[in-house]
Amino acid sequence: MSNNPSTVQDKRFLKLSGLEPMIVNENSNFINVGERTNVAGSRKFLRLIKEEKFDEALDIARHQVEGGAQVIDINMDDGLIDGKEAMVRYLNLIMAEPDIARVPIMIDSSKWEILEAGLQVVQGKCVVNSISLKEGEEKFIHEATLIKRYGAAVIVMAFDEVGQADNYERRIEIAERSYRVLVDKVGFASEDIIFDLNIFPVATGMDEHKLNAIDFIEATRWVRENLPNCSVSGGVSNVSFSFRGNNPVREAMHSVFLFHAIKAGMNMGIVNPTMLEVYDDIPKDLLERVEDVILNRRDDATERLLDFAETVKGTGKKESGQDLSWREEPLQARITRALVKGIDQFIVEDVEQARQEADKPIQVIEGHLMTGMNVVGDLFGEGKMFLPQVVKSARVMKKAVAYLLPYIEEEKLKHPKVEGASENAGKILMATVKGDVHDIGKNIVSVVLACNNYEIVDLGVMVPPEKIIETAITENVDAIGLSGLITPSLDEMVYLAKEMQRKNFTVPLLIGGATTSKAHTAVKIDPQYEGSVVHVNDASRAVTVVGDLLKPDTKEAYIKSVKEDYDVFRESFLKRTKKKEYLSIKDARANRYQIDWKTSEIVKPNQLGIQIIENQDLNELVDYIDWSPFFRSWDLHGKYPDILEDKVVGEQAKELFADAKEMLDQLLEEKWLTGKAIFGLFEANTIDVDDIEVSLDGEYKATFRTLRQQLKKYKGKPNFALADFIAPKATGKQDYMGCFCVSTGFGTAEKAKEFEEKLDDYNSIMVKALADRLAEAYAEYLHKEVRMTHWGYAANEGLTNEELIKETYKGIRPAPGYPACPDHLEKLTIWDILKVDDKIGVELTESMAMWPAASVSGYYFGNEEARYFGLGKIKEDQVKDFANRKSIDLDYASKWLSPNIADD
Amino acid sequence: MKNIQDILKERILVLDGAMGTMIQQYKFTEEDYRGERFKDWGQPLQGNNDLLSLTQPEAIKEIHGKYFDAGADIAETNTFSGTTIAMEDYGMEDLVYELNYESAKIAKEVADEYTAKNPDKPRFVAGSIGPTNRTASMSPDVNDPGYRAVTFDDLRIAYKQQTEALLDGGADILLVETVFDTLNAKAALFAIEEVKKERGIDVPIMVSGTITDASGRTLSGQTAEAFLVSISHIPMLSVGFNCALGANQLTPHLEVLANKAEFNVSAHPNAGLPNAFGEYDETPEQMAEQIKEFLDKSLINIIGGCCGTTPAHIKAIADLAAEYKPRILVGS
Repeated sequence: MSNNPSTVQDKRFLKLSGLEPMIVNENSNFINVGERTNVAGSRKFLRLIKEEKFDEALDIARHQVEGGAQVIDINMDDGLIDGKEAMVRYLNLIMAEPDIARVPIMIDSSKWEILEAGLQVVQGKCVVNSISLKEGEEKFIHEATLIKRYGAAVIVMAFDEVGQADNYERRIEIAERSYRVLVDKVGFASEDIIFDLNIFPVATGMDEHKLNAIDFIEATRWVRENLPNCSVSGGVSNVSFSFRGNNPVREAMHSVFLFHAIKAGMNMGIVNPTMLEVYDDIPKDLLERVEDVILNRRDDATERLLDFAETVKGTGKKESGQDLSWREEPLQARITRALVKGIDQFIVEDVEQARQEADKPIQVIEGHLMTGMNVVGDLFGEGKMFLPQVVKSARVMKKAVAYLLPYIEEEKLKHPKVEGASENAGKILMATVKGDVHDIGKNIVSVVLACNNYEIVDLGVMVPPEKIIETAITENVDAIGLSGLITPSLDEMVYLAKEMQRKNFTVPLLIGGATTSKAHTAVKIDPQYEGSVVHVNDASRAVTVVGDLLKPDTKEAYIKSVKEDYDVFRESFLKRTKKKEYLSIKDARANRYQIDWKTSEIVKPNQLGIQIIENQDLNELVDYIDWSPFFRSWDLHGKYPDILEDKVVGEQAKELFADAKEMLDQLLEEKWLTGKAIFGLFEANTIDVDDIEVSLDGEYKATFRTLRQQLKKYKGKPNFALADFIAPKATGKQDYMGCFCVSTGFGTAEKAKEFEEKLDDYNSIMVKALADRLAEAYAEYLHKEVRMTHWGYAANEGLTNEELIKETYKGIRPAPGYPACPDHLEKLTIWDILKVDDKIGVELTESMAMWPAASVSGYYFGNEEARYFGLGKIKEDQVKDFANRKSIDLDYASKWLSPNIADD
Repeated sequence: MKNIQDILKERILVLDGAMGTMIQQYKFTEEDYRGERFKDWGQPLQGNNDLLSLTQPEAIKEIHGKYFDAGADIAETNTFSGTTIAMEDYGMEDLVYELNYESAKIAKEVADEYTAKNPDKPRFVAGSIGPTNRTASMSPDVNDPGYRAVTFDDLRIAYKQQTEALLDGGADILLVETVFDTLNAKAALFAIEEVKKERGIDVPIMVSGTITDASGRTLSGQTAEAFLVSISHIPMLSVGFNCALGANQLTPHLEVLANKAEFNVSAHPNAGLPNAFGEYDETPEQMAEQIKEFLDKSLINIIGGCCGTTPAHIKAIADLAAEYKPRILVGS
């Protein structure tokens, strides 16, 4: 009686769903499966899951969907995590994110219990990845029956009791048997079967691997012709495994393989889009050799490709002396290439030729150079170039413009009326706000905008609001961009927005920097200014946003849409925050984290008191560098060292890393920077729950005021404050803590300026980024020295650098201004006790930023139960209490704590 | 008796209207709800409409009869909240089997009576399986989007119990309805498949989702087509939409199903949208006028009414539907 539809229609199509449907029919293009959310394939994802950083793990999924993945594969198979729990939690969180949940999910595991747990939490039609006949028909039937009942499609591996299919016959034998069992015995819908026919490497040098690709392709053809309605999938990068490190060849191999496999009927798979050459663009000689290998057309195919591979190795990476054939190309092609590849070697020569050919020197900028920069802009916009490359392009551009400028000036003198012929796209004022010294991000955005023909008025760092207002008026700028890294900068931005309103400004205001957010911009800044306010946190978006804001045809609509977007966002944000529940500070204290001081081990430091290190040997710090944030500062996202092999940014990351290492070597060799540190270890006890009284040899030194979490927690979870990690005075136990400041920033500004004068923004940014890394490394290094020697509570600790970065050691070193203790004012107490400015010369700005910027300060807590946490939002009662304890004005305290005060 | 599949090829079948709206007209008091049997029950019971199958069975019978008189082919059992999960509110989890069994039995008795009177128009009983009051895909806690108040297995077990009781009581069809979270529906369908397998039987299944607002999505965020794809692994008698929207707002979503579904398409909309007092005031004529659009466009195989509809509405709809041919299934 059931109207089994398979009798109704001959050709049936795979249909999947997330919040939206995905139908795979004969008109569909190849379905690309995203696989970064796989703990086996991405070390970054694994780390995030291990550390339960699910928010960041969600960003990976979101990024993939935004990047065009039509299905996302999720895998939690790792010995160190509870795969079932992680799968369920992650999927549940994804379901709450409509921009991710819109696509179908591929639940990937080798364990049935994880697959089943996943199937139980997803409403859409998923794909199960995978099952096979490996452990016999009974298990296969059992699992397939349940998968059908849960309503999912399934990937079937070409694997049976004997082993994995590795030739044509075995592939079709297993596929056919699996298909018949599924369709005839289980009643599985044939269109819901997807075969993974095992893609194995070719050109390995072993004869038995010669047929790997062609066997897959032919088996695919057989399956699609003989097993109605099913799909064929696979992981493509395997095929080129033996050419790791030679991307031109790998890319060509992937394209050729897919070209033939898709023709044979492969309709979905895991492919890295950036590791694909356009089939038609593969040079004919390379194409011939790759096809020989993939299709196994000649006996010596592998040898011929290997030989050929030597000659194409590294094309497009280092243009140095070897391959200069591009110098033979026409002038415009040479200039464009120099800009795209960031080669400044010949640019003056080429620009001179262009100048001689042009009527006026300005035409070289407007013509040749802009043509090239437009290519750069397009490639960057399409995600085919990455930030460091663009900054290098800018370096070439600047060099070219600098060469032309005297000629242009001369021309102006000769023909005064053509003055201002250079039509730029708009003038943008850029500034890091008052009290803040961080400018890497701002400089990157400036460079990228300048590349796109905007004139940049860069006021540098610590710019007072009056100066921004005044310059904006005198320079008649078209937009203002503000940047800041530390939290007090947020208030500066709000203040500036108010001022702009008061002065009747109408130009758009752009907000960026590490602590800024869409939420803060929408809730705090946007309402202050009737003009447009836009939060732009990455350089690649800056160009589009500024374009939309300034182009006459898009301007009005865009400004309106941003305002509306922020209105809606603000409304929902405010609604959301209202729903949070907070404890009174009294109740939060009652629910503090309680260490059992009777049993807790307290180690007396070997050396109490203050010590100074002048002239730290920076070579010692190199091993302690955490490179991941370095890549992040260049907008390359991923964890080091995995990022070097990353499918999307790996090439660029490698290149950037090579440049960084080169500069680092020179920096160390030529001693560009000086490292200094000061730290102290003191007697300490908690008083009145949240304050820590610090003394030395019994003499009172200072009191650190800590802040306590007030968000209502689930039952059993405490409300933390740093004071919880120090023994209360009432216990009668003498406890200890420390504080420190390290800097590797002395010399950075000078060196950066030197580069800027040479029009070399790339290296100027590079030296700052390296100094920042060294400062963090220094903090890590010093912490280790303190743990092992000066305090000595972990004398036997032997941790690798990786473990250090993962913070697996005992004790913490939280920094004022960061999540556990966001109050920047506490730095004053550290400066006071250690006399940091007198002794090592690191100063605090009025916003409590450290100068030089490459500096780190913080506390040391040694108790093994001490841990990092985020304060979150606090309530007015604690602010009042905090102001009282600190003897400061309530308004003053509110101003400093405002980013953490919950909105009522 | 003729197979319902075959009848559906010949004509549009009519589902009955609202049970709740009809019950309201009886103005039952707390005592009426309790009856003799539950007079000492520890919790208030007024509003537990499913319970009336035990305490006021004559009224339920009468309502089924009125809808059959109006021309309905299929009666829905009075079991919308008949799961341990939904009955938790009244502390009546242990009565779930009996509630479903009795409700199905009552409906079946009335249906048989009408079939006997007019064998050319056989009447069917659809066991109503509601969504429960919890969602498996969404967190009720805004601060913890990963939290779930109910699991797939909780739902599966509860639905299995309801399914078994409905079938034991004589239901001809199972109607998984007012689906606001597709995962809840999938758990119900999973449970039904288990029962089918264990008993070695087949039973027609109707699934009816709810598009909650003008966004055109279910409460759990799916589009009409995604909803269809997510449940198509089960051979269904029909798929459709009910509740939430009035007939005219339902048209575009029914069009999606009508164009894509290989199953019969059903609709049982509300009598318009509720007014400021929460009452539905679309008249039978107005509603029929809206439903005429479905029929003119050939969107429908099964039509009925949800909240606010009465036998008068069903009569108007049945009279109209009799003039039209049913929608032809995709692919046939």
